Amino acid sequence: MFSSFMMNTWIAGTAVAVIAGVMGFFAVLRGSTFAAHAIPNGAFAGAAGAGLLGLNALVGLAVFSIAGALGIAGLSRRSRPDVATALTFVLMLGVGALFVSWSTGYAQEAYKLLFGETYGVSADEVTPLLVLGAVSIAAILVMFRPLMLSSALPEVAAARGVSPQRMELAFLLIMALATSMTVPVVGALLMFSLMIGPAAAARSFTASPVVALALSVGLALVTVWIGLALAYETNWPLGFFVGIMGAGFFLMGQAWTALRTRSLITDGGASPTPA
Amino acid sequence: MTPLVELDDVGVRLGGRQILRHVTTSIGDGQFTGLIGPNGAGKTTLLRVILGLQDVSEGRVRKTGTVGYVPQKLLIEPDMPLRVKDVVSLGIDGNKLGIRLPSRERTQKVDDMLIAVGADRYKNARVGELSGGEQQRVMIAHALVSKPDLLLLDEPLANLDISSAQGIVTVLSDLSRKEGIAVLLSAHDMNPLLPVMDRIIYVAGGKVAAGTVDEVVQPEVLGELYGHEVDVLRVRGRVLVVAATGLVPQ
Amino acid sequence: MRYIFEPGFFASGQVHTALLVGAVIAITSAVVGVFTVTRGQSFAGHSLADISVTGGSGAFFIGVSQFWGYLAFGAGAAAFIEMIGVQRRRGRDVATGVVLGGALGLAALFLYLGTQTSSTTGATFTILFGSLFVLTSSTVPALIVSALIALVTVIVLARVLLLSSLSPDIAAARGVNVRLAGAVFLMALAISVALSAMVIGALLSTALLIGPAATALKVARGPVRAMVTAAAIGVLATWLGIVLSYDSFYWRPAGKGWPVSFFIVVLVAGAYLVTYFKPSRPIPPQPAQEHTCSPAL
Repeated sequence: MFSSFMMNTWIAGTAVAVIAGVMGFFAVLRGSTFAAHAIPNGAFAGAAGAGLLGLNALVGLAVFSIAGALGIAGLSRRSRPDVATALTFVLMLGVGALFVSWSTGYAQEAYKLLFGETYGVSADEVTPLLVLGAVSIAAILVMFRPLMLSSALPEVAAARGVSPQRMELAFLLIMALATSMTVPVVGALLMFSLMIGPAAAARSFTASPVVALALSVGLALVTVWIGLALAYETNWPLGFFVGIMGAGFFLMGQAWTALRTRSLITDGGASPTPA
Repeated sequence: MTPLVELDDVGVRLGGRQILRHVTTSIGDGQFTGLIGPNGAGKTTLLRVILGLQDVSEGRVRKTGTVGYVPQKLLIEPDMPLRVKDVVSLGIDGNKLGIRLPSRERTQKVDDMLIAVGADRYKNARVGELSGGEQQRVMIAHALVSKPDLLLLDEPLANLDISSAQGIVTVLSDLSRKEGIAVLLSAHDMNPLLPVMDRIIYVAGGKVAAGTVDEVVQPEVLGELYGHEVDVLRVRGRVLVVAATGLVPQ
Repeated sequence: MRYIFEPGFFASGQVHTALLVGAVIAITSAVVGVFTVTRGQSFAGHSLADISVTGGSGAFFIGVSQFWGYLAFGAGAAAFIEMIGVQRRRGRDVATGVVLGGALGLAALFLYLGTQTSSTTGATFTILFGSLFVLTSSTVPALIVSALIALVTVIVLARVLLLSSLSPDIAAARGVNVRLAGAVFLMALAISVALSAMVIGALLSTALLIGPAATALKVARGPVRAMVTAAAIGVLATWLGIVLSYDSFYWRPAGKGWPVSFFIVVLVAGAYLVTYFKPSRPIPPQPAQEHTCSPAL
C-alpha cells in the first residue's frame, strides 16, 4: 500500500488530517459544529453547478463554500446561529438539487464528493491541497490569539476591540477555503467527521488549549492513517472508518471525563471543572 | 401552627466543599423573612434545598404547602414565543400535560395578577424583549398566580437601583399581607428589607443565625458566624456590617 | 387558472397523495420545529434526518422495509444522544455531531455495499433530495398515523416544554421531570424527522422543520399563534412547491421537471428573508409617573 501510486493519497490524507485537526479544534471550541457540517456539504452543491457550466469543480466548491460562510455569518446577525446555518445550508443544497437534476450522469461524481475516494488522488490534486492547506493554517495561526479570545470570552474580546462577528466571518471563510480543497479528496461528509471527532475527544483529555490543538491534530492523523490502511485492505470506504474512529475517540474522552470526575469527588478534593 | 418549612440540622456538601452545616430554622405562615448574607455564603444553596432542587448531605427538610419560586436571572431568548400574559398563565398550570382551552376565569386571574405587580401595561409584549426589572415583575406574577403558601425569591434586588428595589419590596410586602403568603427573599444587603422583615436568617461561613433583626444583627452573633470580629454600625436607620479588620463592608 | 395549474394536475392520483402527505408532514414538522428552534436543537433536528437516511439505506441493503430502518435509526440515535447526556448546548451539539459522523460513515458503507450487490446509482440523489411523487400508497396510512402521533405528543407536552425553556429550575420546583420531558420531545422530533426524511428527503426535512418555525417565531408572539403560523407557512410552501414542480415539467429542460425540493426550499427561505428584515416592535412607551399605585422601575 505504499507504492508510488498510493503515495499521493498518503500525502493528501496527512495534509487533510492536519487541516481538519486545526479547524476542528476551533470549530468545537466555538460551537460551530453545525457550520462545520453545512459548509462542506453546501460546497458539494457548487461542484454540481460548476459541472453544468463546464467549469472546474473546484471553482464551484470554492464559490459555494464562501457563499455559505457569508450566508451563515450574515444571517447570524439577526438570527440564532443554528437557524442561520440551517437555512443557508438548505438553500445551497436546494439549488444544488436543481443543478444535479439538470446535469446527466452526475451520480458517480456526487458519491465521490460526498464520501470521498480513497484512490485516484493525482499529483496535481495534491499540490493545491498542500498550498491552500498551508495558507489556511497560517491564517489561523496569525489570528490565534484574537480567535482564542473571541471564542472563549466573546464579551471580553469585544471590549478589547476584537469584533466577535468579524472573527466569526473570518473563521468561517478560512473553513470555506480549507474545505473546498479537502472535499474533492476525502469527501464532504468525511471532512466533517474528521474535524469534529478528534477535536471533541482532545478536549476531554486536556484543558490546555495548545495541548488540545496538538492532540486534535494527532488524533486526526491517527484516524486518517489507520483509516487509509484499513480502506486499502478491505476496499470499504474511508469515510466509514473515519466516522467510526471519530466516535470511538469521543466516547473514550467521555469515559475518561466520567472517571476523572468520580475520582475527584471521592477524594474530597477541589471541585472539578464542569465538562 | 405547623411551620411551612422546617430545616433540622441540615448540611450540604457540594464538590468536596461543605457549603452549609448545622442549619436549623423554620419559616412560619405569612412571615416575611429576609435571607441575608455575603455573596457565596450559601443563600442560593439554601433556597434550592427548600425547593427540593438540592439534596442535603445531613439533616432533614420538612415542607408543607405549595412554594412559588422567582429565580435570580433568567436567560430568555428574544424569539421565545411567550407574551407576558402567557408567562403568567403558565404559572397557573404550566406543569401539567395536555391542552387547556382559554377561559374567562383564567384570563381574569392573569389580568388581576398583572395589575397587582404593575406589569399590566406590557402584557402583550414578548417576555424576551423586556428589561430585567420588567421581567422580574412578570416572574413574580407567574409565581404568585397559583396562590402558593410560600414565595421564594433569589436575589431579586441585586441589579436594581434603590428606588426600584424599594418598589419591588413594597409590592411584595403588600401582596404578602393581603394574601397571607409567606415570603423568603435572599439579598446581600438587608437595608431595603428592614421596614418589612418579620424575621431574618443570616448566612455566613456556612452557618445560619435566625430570629428578629434585633436578635440576630449583633456583633457577637454575626462574629460567631463569620469566624472573625465584626462591627455592626447603625446609621440613620440603616445597618452596616463591617469586618473588624477594616476590609470591604457587606 | 390554466397557466398556474398545468393539465392533469388535479386528476393525477400521485399529486393527490403528494398534497395530502406533504401537508401532514409540513404541519408536523412546523409544530415540532417551533419547539426545536426555541430549544436550540436545530442541529439535532438536521442530524437526525441524515441519521435516519443512513438507517433507510441500511435497511434497503439488508432487504428490510425502509420505514422501520428510518425510524429505528432515528429513534436509536435520539436515545443514544440523550444517554450521553451532555447538558450544555455546545457540548450537546458536539455529541450530536459525533453521532452524525458515525452514522454518515455507516451510510458510506451501506451505499458502497449496495453498489456491490445491485445498481443504486440514483440512490444518493433520492436519499438526499427525496421524491415526493414516488410514494407507494401502501405506506401512506402508516406515515400519516406516525406523524400524528409525533404531533400530538408535542402538543400535549407544549406547556411543560415552554415552562422548562423559561426556567428549568421553576419547572423542576413544580414537579416537572425536565430531563424526561426533554427526552420525550427528542424522541418525537426524531420520529417526525425520520418520517419527513423518508418522504421528502433529508434536505427538505430540515427545511420544513426549521424554516417555517423560524419565520413564525419572528412574526407571531404567543405560543399558539407561532405554531399555527408555522404550520400555515409549511403547508403553503409545500403545496406551492408541488404545483410549481409539476408545472416545471413543461419548462426547460423539457420533460424532466425541476425538483420539488428546490421550490420548497426557495419558498421557505424566501419567507424567512422577508421577515428577517422586519424590525421588532417596540414595547409601549412608559407613561409619566403620576400615581403611586404602580411603582416605578
